[in-house]
Amino acid sequence: MNPIYIIASAATPVAEHYGRSLSALACDAVRGAFATAPGLEPSRVGGLFVANALGERLAGQGQLGAFLASVVGLPGIPAVRVEAAGASGGVAIQQAGQAIAAGSCEVAVVLGVEKVTDQLEAEVEAALALAADAEADALHGLTLTAQWALLMRRYMHEHGYPAEAFAPFPVNAHANAAKNPQALYRFPINADKYRKAAQIASPLNMLDCSSLADGAACVILASERVARSLADRDGGRGPLVRLAGTAVATDAPALGARLDPLDLPAARASAHMALGRAHMGLGDVHVFELCDPHGIAAALALEAIGYYRRGEAPRHAADGAIAPTGRTPLATAGGYKARGDVGGASGVYQVVELIRQLRGEAGPTQVSGARVALAQCLGGVGATAATCVLVAE
Amino acid sequence: MQIARHWRQRTTRYRLEGQRNRHSGVVRFPPQPPALGEEPDLWEPVALSGRGEIYSFSVVRQAPEGYEALAPYPVALVRLAEGPLVTAQLTDCSEDELAIGQPVEVVTRRLLDTGEDGVLVYGYKFRPVLQ
Repeated sequence: MNPIYIIASAATPVAEHYGRSLSALACDAVRGAFATAPGLEPSRVGGLFVANALGERLAGQGQLGAFLASVVGLPGIPAVRVEAAGASGGVAIQQAGQAIAAGSCEVAVVLGVEKVTDQLEAEVEAALALAADAEADALHGLTLTAQWALLMRRYMHEHGYPAEAFAPFPVNAHANAAKNPQALYRFPINADKYRKAAQIASPLNMLDCSSLADGAACVILASERVARSLADRDGGRGPLVRLAGTAVATDAPALGARLDPLDLPAARASAHMALGRAHMGLGDVHVFELCDPHGIAAALALEAIGYYRRGEAPRHAADGAIAPTGRTPLATAGGYKARGDVGGASGVYQVVELIRQLRGEAGPTQVSGARVALAQCLGGVGATAATCVLVAE
Repeated sequence: MQIARHWRQRTTRYRLEGQRNRHSGVVRFPPQPPALGEEPDLWEPVALSGRGEIYSFSVVRQAPEGYEALAPYPVALVRLAEGPLVTAQLTDCSEDELAIGQPVEVVTRRLLDTGEDGVLVYGYKFRPVLQ
């Protein structure tokens, strides 16, 4: 397959942007990305892939491909909205990469955008629950958070953990977000605060639940020819970042339809396929972005992919394995929990952060010597899994 | 209002009707249409006993639209005696008496509030079996 490079990236802060519309956030991210690639003419863009999960219900806007192509200043080009719930961003990047690999364009823009704070909490919960199986799960008032809570309770039962064993995940996320000016929650928390936090969907408490907020993130993908010509003109500032492998896998949205609810086979399949396409193994990755709105989500993904044995991820997290200096550094910008959960845009935010890591621009949460990175986002409780493997050259 | 949508599900919701595989005897719930590679009559309807035990549970405090009046409410994955794992609300119980492995039985209850113009949506919930 022809190599694909990510030649530009930018994101807005994740926040309650009451004064900013979906369009304004989208324009900020796209203008920001183009500003990082000064030689790139907008006329060279051959496709726009919009990652968005909740636009109809929460932002009152459909047909986001055509709508946002026109708004951001890419009129007339092929444009499509990609919806795979929380995995929309990763799937959009995969689709854009395939368009370049197939030769149908040389430059593709991926725009993840979500506008959620125009609606109240009950409406947001209902919108998120649309990703669940409507008849089997959502009809019974099961929220996305409650789905993860059911898995957490069962995990605690099978492996003998108390709820506070999951505290290291949000504690790490907040510690990193405190150093990220673009994060939603820029303050540290500790295990004691975790123990005292109010319940949201037991055993998940407020300090183990992400908040959905507004934001937009943009990455621009290009063929090797375009990437090298821009880099030459640019004088070669920092390494090029290659999108070395992508893969999408799926599972039944209904928890009851799964043989082993504590396994996430789509997360495993997607990660292994993406690494295989990148000619990499599990041990080659230096820094990670996973779907981590709750500690249980990160733990199940790490175990499904194969970094830790079943039942052991919380123990390793407590020993520092997920810190920037650990074996599997996670959430270096704050993750879903503390950077903020941006719905269908989260997968694009993940890649924006990993590019900072691979270019050595991550400041106080920089993972030393990071050359290979893996981003994985999930739709629902692992019903869609999209993985991107990035390599610095 | 979605009247036809709720009517279509009447056997599933009121009788806990699932499907049994004619060859393997495996039981599944809720019913599904035949998938690729399956004979159209591979799965036959079967009424389930409504008996099972709690596989996991949670208590929802941030409820979606239509469910706010019920909050906080307990939800569970219930492992039915016939094998399927079913999502449902729990009822007639308090949070502190719930435990994984607890025997439960099915009851018919109102599931959600569709507003003053909406249909009344009934379906299955589970309650602890009185010992």
